[in-house]
Amino acid sequence: MKASAFSYHKPISLEDALSLLESEEEVKILAGGQSLMPMLNMRFVQPEAVIDVNEIEELATISFNDNVEIGALTRQKTLGTHSIIKQHLPIMQEALKWVGHFQTQSRGTIGGSLCHLDPASELPMIALLYDAELEVASKSATRIIPMKEWALAYMMPSIAPEELLTKILIKPWGMPYGYGFQEFARRHGDFAIAAVGCLLKLQDGVISEIAISIGGVEDVPRRFIECEDVLRGSKYDIEEVKKQIIGPLDQINYIDDSLVTGSYRQKLLKGLLVRSIEQAASRANSL
Amino acid sequence: MQEQDVRMHVNGKQVSGKVETRTHLGDFLRQAAGLTGTHLGCEHGVCGACTVIVDGDAVRSCLMLAVQADNCEVITIEGIAKEDGSLHPLQEAFRNNHALQCGFCTAGMITSLYAFLTENPERNEEEIREAISGNICRCTGYQGIVLAAKEAASKMAKDRN
Repeated sequence: MKASAFSYHKPISLEDALSLLESEEEVKILAGGQSLMPMLNMRFVQPEAVIDVNEIEELATISFNDNVEIGALTRQKTLGTHSIIKQHLPIMQEALKWVGHFQTQSRGTIGGSLCHLDPASELPMIALLYDAELEVASKSATRIIPMKEWALAYMMPSIAPEELLTKILIKPWGMPYGYGFQEFARRHGDFAIAAVGCLLKLQDGVISEIAISIGGVEDVPRRFIECEDVLRGSKYDIEEVKKQIIGPLDQINYIDDSLVTGSYRQKLLKGLLVRSIEQAASRANSL
Repeated sequence: MQEQDVRMHVNGKQVSGKVETRTHLGDFLRQAAGLTGTHLGCEHGVCGACTVIVDGDAVRSCLMLAVQADNCEVITIEGIAKEDGSLHPLQEAFRNNHALQCGFCTAGMITSLYAFLTENPERNEEEIREAISGNICRCTGYQGIVLAAKEAASKMAKDRN
């Protein structure tokens, strides 16, 4: 349970970090360390070099300018209390209540959550809901990756070895809308067995816009487009919703492992989905 | 590059040494600083036994490299009691409420609760239970720990006002 030896670099500027990423081989980027450190300690990863980005202050900023712009190094603890997030992305703060514990949120970062891309992690679900744009930089170029193209496969984001995630750009929904976030885990702060996030607009009782993301049930967190499509444009009636979601729920390829069966995940997801839609609709109605 | 000098303030005293870069903070505190009150349980961030306070934040010392704590202020369980040796209200309350049996989780429980209640001692039972949900105790069933935390919280709130 001890990490294998590696060379350690602590650049203080983005430029230095990108140069190191270009020149070093077999690199791991260390941000909050709440996923990488366990993997190092258990020797699931044995990098030649670790580049610690914690001193790069320009990566730890939050600002608002049409988009909420979140530096990749922003701590989960900061997101949980920041006034810009509270005003524009309240669902993110609701989701953060499910992310680990206060002793891990003090270190864990949004960029780390997105790059680690655990199937059950909440922050990618929020980025998905808003079709966030991810800014990644390498020594030679900067590019934007849409969140829907971020996950390639199980814990594999579409980022090249010499690239670093620098910023998350999220365009908030215009008011009025409602939001809901629901999760079930075996213990508070443990990995989600199933989780659902929902944004929804109601116009004269009709669901005019809806976004749903799901986590914990498949290899990667994703938008639940099939479900959005059956609900969008229909009159909001929770008893009807319960029937409408059955088809889409049957199409999911549920994770089936030694702890939790796929059919249990499906039952849970159904309940959480109904609750999150109900929660979002009641918030939309109360505006 | 695989060894570096580190220097940090631990419980108000300067500690320095040469460490392998792969050494996590928990091992550094136990082996280089000789502060064996910090217990290492799982070493992958699940059990919370190794919790220490770095620059005011409770962190898992197994999930931070020693070299990352360079120039930081660290408080371990050895730094919780007052300098004259009198116990902190949390330690008093743990003793009063039989909040430990084997004691392995205790250092992490107390450092976690110290950070949590120092920030704001006015917490209800639900908030306290949530705060220690990342600290695993296999002996007590948590009842004594929660009672102790509630007792300490009201003492700390009184002391503050």
